[in-house]
Amino acid sequence: MANFSKSNVPQFSVDVYQNEYLPEGGREVNAIVTVTSTGGGTVGSAVAAPHLYAPGQGPSAGVAIMVDCSGSMDYPPTKMRNARDATAAAIDTLRDGVHFAVIGGTHIAREVYPGGGRLAVADATTRDQAKQALRRLSAGGGTAIGTWLRLADRLLHSDDVAIRHGILLTDGRNEHESPEDLKAALDACAGRFTCDARGVGTDWEVKEVTGIASALLGSADIVADPAGLAADFTRMMETAMGKEVADVALRVWTPVGTTIKFVKQVAPTVEELTDRRTEAGPRAGDYPTGSWGDESRDYHVCVEVPAAELGREMLAARVSLVVPQSDGSARNLGAQGLVRAVWTDDMVASTSINPQVAHYTGQAELAEAIQQGLDLRKAGDIDGATAKLGRAVQLASASGNADTAKLLAKVVDVVDATTGTVRLKAKVAEADEMTLETRSTKTVRVKK
Amino acid sequence: MSQMPQLSACPSCEWPLESGDRFCGACGYDLSAVPVRPDDNPTIAMNGSTAPPAGAPGTDWPVAAAPDGTAAPAATHLPADLQGRDSGGHELPPGTPPPPLSPPPAPPAPPAMSGPQAAPVAPAQGNQGDMPGSPGSPAATDHGLPAPGHHAAPGFAFPAPGAGVPDGAHPQPAPAGPPTPTGSPDSPASGVRFDRPPEPEEYPLQAPDPRIAPDLPTPREGTKVCVACRAGRVDHDGYCENCGHAQPRERDHMEQDVGPVAAVSDRGLRHHRNEDAFAVGCTALPDGRPAVLAIVCDGVSSATRPDAASMAASRAASESLLTALPRGTHPQQAMHEAIVAAANAVNALAGEPATAREHAPHQNAPACTIVGSVVTPELLIVGWVGDSRAYWVPADRSTPPARLTEDDSWAAQMVAAGLMNEAEAYADERAHAITGWLGADAYELEPHTASFKPDRPGVVVVCTDGLWNYAEAAEDMADVVPLDAAARPLHSAQVLVGHALDGGGHDNVTVAVLPFPAPPMGAGSA
Repeated sequence: MANFSKSNVPQFSVDVYQNEYLPEGGREVNAIVTVTSTGGGTVGSAVAAPHLYAPGQGPSAGVAIMVDCSGSMDYPPTKMRNARDATAAAIDTLRDGVHFAVIGGTHIAREVYPGGGRLAVADATTRDQAKQALRRLSAGGGTAIGTWLRLADRLLHSDDVAIRHGILLTDGRNEHESPEDLKAALDACAGRFTCDARGVGTDWEVKEVTGIASALLGSADIVADPAGLAADFTRMMETAMGKEVADVALRVWTPVGTTIKFVKQVAPTVEELTDRRTEAGPRAGDYPTGSWGDESRDYHVCVEVPAAELGREMLAARVSLVVPQSDGSARNLGAQGLVRAVWTDDMVASTSINPQVAHYTGQAELAEAIQQGLDLRKAGDIDGATAKLGRAVQLASASGNADTAKLLAKVVDVVDATTGTVRLKAKVAEADEMTLETRSTKTVRVKK
Repeated sequence: MSQMPQLSACPSCEWPLESGDRFCGACGYDLSAVPVRPDDNPTIAMNGSTAPPAGAPGTDWPVAAAPDGTAAPAATHLPADLQGRDSGGHELPPGTPPPPLSPPPAPPAPPAMSGPQAAPVAPAQGNQGDMPGSPGSPAATDHGLPAPGHHAAPGFAFPAPGAGVPDGAHPQPAPAGPPTPTGSPDSPASGVRFDRPPEPEEYPLQAPDPRIAPDLPTPREGTKVCVACRAGRVDHDGYCENCGHAQPRERDHMEQDVGPVAAVSDRGLRHHRNEDAFAVGCTALPDGRPAVLAIVCDGVSSATRPDAASMAASRAASESLLTALPRGTHPQQAMHEAIVAAANAVNALAGEPATAREHAPHQNAPACTIVGSVVTPELLIVGWVGDSRAYWVPADRSTPPARLTEDDSWAAQMVAAGLMNEAEAYADERAHAITGWLGADAYELEPHTASFKPDRPGVVVVCTDGLWNYAEAAEDMADVVPLDAAARPLHSAQVLVGHALDGGGHDNVTVAVLPFPAPPMGAGSA
């Protein structure tokens, strides 16, 4: 049910969960920072209640849909057909007034609609034209994803829109350009638009797809059965239409003498941000978070502070949200949270671990254990893989991450989830293993 | 705050230690490097309350009158044969109480006495421009008082910046000095003391000693500069924009002097905020005779918002007394009612949501202890719940001092029940767990009150455990109370707080000093 009293300008709020008490000599401060955006373009109001958004209202947005048209898309032929249908469904989900383009991707990128190096504006006519154009899509050629991304970037910046988003579908490995080319393309596009990436079938490389989504701050997933594409594309487009603010950065200020050990997003997925810092004035740095609709995300900030005497209190970090502007300044979104450090000789206070911090430390370890376990399994290290995946089962069970636990159970036989005793399954469907790997970074929130 | 017993475990790796170990058996940590920790007797709540008997076992106390206001006259305080001592440890000739303003005998400069005389100064007020600028200029007079010759004025002078202060250079009490200044309750920063010994280790972020603060450009008028790094401005949250350190808060150090009675409260050296609170006041009984009162409260650290609890309780109790006494309520009855009013005020806090800042590891109802005293020309009333105390210190130190309250604590209960002797009880780690407190989670409120009719002048010291941890026995307390306490209550409270800080300042310290008998109105301040 759409909340009609909500304003169209999203309100950000920041909550900090931490145990601020450190023992004498304690230096490491951990905090979970929950960022919540409300009142913006909810999926509910933008999609389910499109009448709220007259053409031209809501944030201006541009979307580029990149469909893999390589030769392998014809094996089986349903794959191409499903991709076409899915793209059509996504186009139907476009809000009136949204700028869009469809790109057919092979070893080169081709404009399928509207062509001419520009974006179309969604309305009944253009939607229809676009769907007509999709019929002409045919499979044939190689795969060079970097070229698709560069074309999408060019098209999305051909118009002055507030939110730029890409949807990328591939079914195979990026075989017709070097990994360096893809990396260069991702670097060039990072921060210029966000992109969701989907792998269809089981012949694609998980790390390629998750790498694209991670670099471009979007989601990654597997659609093992091409028949599921339409529903997935619709969902992705709904989410994209719900975005209200683009290029939001988490600004972390820390005092003199402190070191940021890491900053990572921990919900809804684990995403390492530490190395993506851009300096933003004295002792402050910005970490990109992409675009936001009505949603809530959690970040784990770990700061090392200089030890201080008992009884001291200091601010270890100040977390706020900004939108960096082209002129180098930044629009502050208002909300901020304080991460504090208080030195105490109360052992009870200083040794307790904040439940949120503990939970997300476990979730991050869960994602890592799955990744390492699957890598070891591929490398033939059965003992190592069993240990890591057993630990993953234990963590997933203890934290209530039921989805991940289910995926794990398709790869290992769980003997005892509490102790993490597992046996590797002798036969594992490729789709199951790829699903587990792709979704390994998904986390659940703390049970309240 | 609860804490580990002394060195039962290695401070570095938590390996359990035997007594007499000099190095940790696990990690080799040099245990001699660990400073011996004075008793920090935390205020923690322990459920299962039964009140101890009002009289102290083994103490020759007068019997308290029933708190119904109609009681028979209270017994007089009888002198015992215990020999008093002056603050230098010398025996006093019996029967010759020193005149209140006579100079104390020069003490052998124990550091404990030198502390409070070195002045509280106010570095956080942004007035570095007032700081003595040139190193080497002696006895700066930040407050505009003339320095009496080469001798620093007690309570005021501090050494010039740029010079470390050896212990011996502390100004000693100078009897001929100007009268003790009355601290202003709204100059919160005056609690920053310049006479702390140098810290053993210097961290990059540690607050630089203000004495060696370099000559920095005078900050713009009105800008608050960080007291820790002296470089950053202070943001609206109260943290430094440069080093992030929290700035002193108003409650870190509070002083109030209302003439005959004064109180001082300090955060101490180990806790990050002051959870104590006090209230002092004077009023008149219906017949025009004066009544002086003081309330001291200690927030229970293991509860949520202990600072709010102590503040609410002290305010409610003093307001109740200031209303009841002029109406003619018997002071003991008024004290009983005041404690009930304080308890209600603390209970009311339980319904309020915790502040956003407070993500405390424990969430339970705000709670605090309370101790109060009312002094009239012939009566001395005390009332309490918890382990904050009141002491009687006669002006004639040849007569014995006495503790007037009996803690609501585990140890006191054990002793009272005859299950343990005092030494055993206080050696137990549960000794200081309190069995009575104000707060919504207290089982039942049992305000204790007692009424005394001392037959000689003296002072009542009303304090939290932050002080009495460092002067537990009445004799020890009397040793620390200046001889002119009745005439200079604020100075005495400062001295007593200084004693606790010099002892280690492990807890918040709050002291109120009331003279007995209550002096006629308007004649209180020296």
